[in-house]
Amino acid sequence: MNSSVLTEGKSVTVFASDYLNKLSGEKIERECKEFLRSGCRQLEVNFKNTEIINSIGISILLGVIDAASDFEADVVFSDVSEHTIELFEMLGLSTRVALRLR
Amino acid sequence: MAENENKLIYTFGALAELGQEITNRKSFQEMIRTSLHLLLGSLAIMRGGVARYSRFRHELNFIAVKGLGEDFPPSFSLSQQDEHRFLSAGLAAADVSQASGDPVVSEFVAAGRNKPLEMFVPLVIQDELVGLITLGEKANGEPYSSYDREVICAMARHIGVGIAQRNMMVEIERRATENRRLYDDLRFTYTNTVKAFAAAIDYKDKYTEGHSVRVGKYTEIIAKQLGWGNEEIEGAAVAGYLHDIGKLTVERNIINSPMRINAKESVHLNKHPVVGYEILLPIHHPYADVPLAAKYHHERLDGRGYPDGLADREIPYIAKIVNLADSVDAMTTDRPYKRRRPAHEMIEDLQRNSGNQFAPELVTSFCGALLSELTGKKKRLGFTRMLGKEYLLKQDLIPQLQNVLNGLNGTSSMTLVSLD
Repeated sequence: MNSSVLTEGKSVTVFASDYLNKLSGEKIERECKEFLRSGCRQLEVNFKNTEIINSIGISILLGVIDAASDFEADVVFSDVSEHTIELFEMLGLSTRVALRLR
Repeated sequence: MAENENKLIYTFGALAELGQEITNRKSFQEMIRTSLHLLLGSLAIMRGGVARYSRFRHELNFIAVKGLGEDFPPSFSLSQQDEHRFLSAGLAAADVSQASGDPVVSEFVAAGRNKPLEMFVPLVIQDELVGLITLGEKANGEPYSSYDREVICAMARHIGVGIAQRNMMVEIERRATENRRLYDDLRFTYTNTVKAFAAAIDYKDKYTEGHSVRVGKYTEIIAKQLGWGNEEIEGAAVAGYLHDIGKLTVERNIINSPMRINAKESVHLNKHPVVGYEILLPIHHPYADVPLAAKYHHERLDGRGYPDGLADREIPYIAKIVNLADSVDAMTTDRPYKRRRPAHEMIEDLQRNSGNQFAPELVTSFCGALLSELTGKKKRLGFTRMLGKEYLLKQDLIPQLQNVLNGLNGTSSMTLVSLD
């Protein structure tokens, strides 16, 4: 796995970078699914290095949320900028995932 | 109000990106996958899929799916009624709940049993069903608004156009392949017809049986050795096969005369290049210069040939090649009034007449090709088959050919060639 990942027991932190906004961002979704399959039940997606999220990024994040829901795992989006929080709220992602401000 | 504006800006951004995506010339699969992400992401839709419709198999094949589960079938069959129903509905976002009686929609719903689907959009572009988009619920759990439907239809139209473009490209490629195949068939038929003609010409002359076919083959070998392209080589071979077509009008007793013919008969025989030209000229050949090769294959670089006594640059290049091929065959086959000459004498003759009768680089090409076959560098060029192994191995021709190649330089000051 290439994207930056921190694992601690059943908790995993995945660092979403700018490639979340391209087709290559599907890799993040695949990685999260693999962690969920291998027992992770607390998934954190960190947006420290992510400034802007476009529609492709949203779609990929929805995939992560959906997969976590299939495995009954908790998801947190952390280090989210104010602007991105507004976007998540506008689109209704905040109803499905916990958000932590940067 | 501000949220609506933000939504509008965000959706507009997605639509702009989708437009750009459709016009990108990357992989079709990638284009569809990216488009599906853009559509789902623009309205935060949890799941969906894009299918392409195959008119021939009456099948919807899903190219990109997201969140529909691993069990979701990759294709669905459509009956003609289904197709008509989608066509008459046009490109519009329809609720799954309102189409529960529709057998195809019911199939979708059943397939995505754990991942509910809420909406489908038949992709109808220019009165043709090119695919279908199916969508799940929105992340916020709210029903689709009329604004959402407008956005979905606008994006679906873009995706539909992308699929229609791809279908068109595939159709163009299919037709191009079909045309290429037809063209190859036609060329094959043409070449075979030419060979049949060559056999007919040779049939008339019992002493030089197979002459035209061999001249065609020698011409082809020289053209290949000169590094010509495949079509030019084929054209050169055709010119060789047909060079003596004018002999069809020469009386049999002149052609088959067991002794040297008299002056009157010679005048008659020497008309065959012009007659051949007249026979070949009205025919539309796929290769240029076939009639000219027939007309001028008895011309010489020194201007002492016939029918027009052309010199060097006035002689079409293909005629120079056929001339050399014709001379090689004349020297290496038995005639009624003389036995064929040994191979080393034939090579000496070519060398001696290089620059007078023959273009030096053509002599070089011929000798180079013969050397390649004798040394095994190139196999099956055809010399051994045409001249016989025994004939070629009677003397060691390799040093002689090497001498010719060392002594004759196609770019020397003696070169009297044209590159018409």
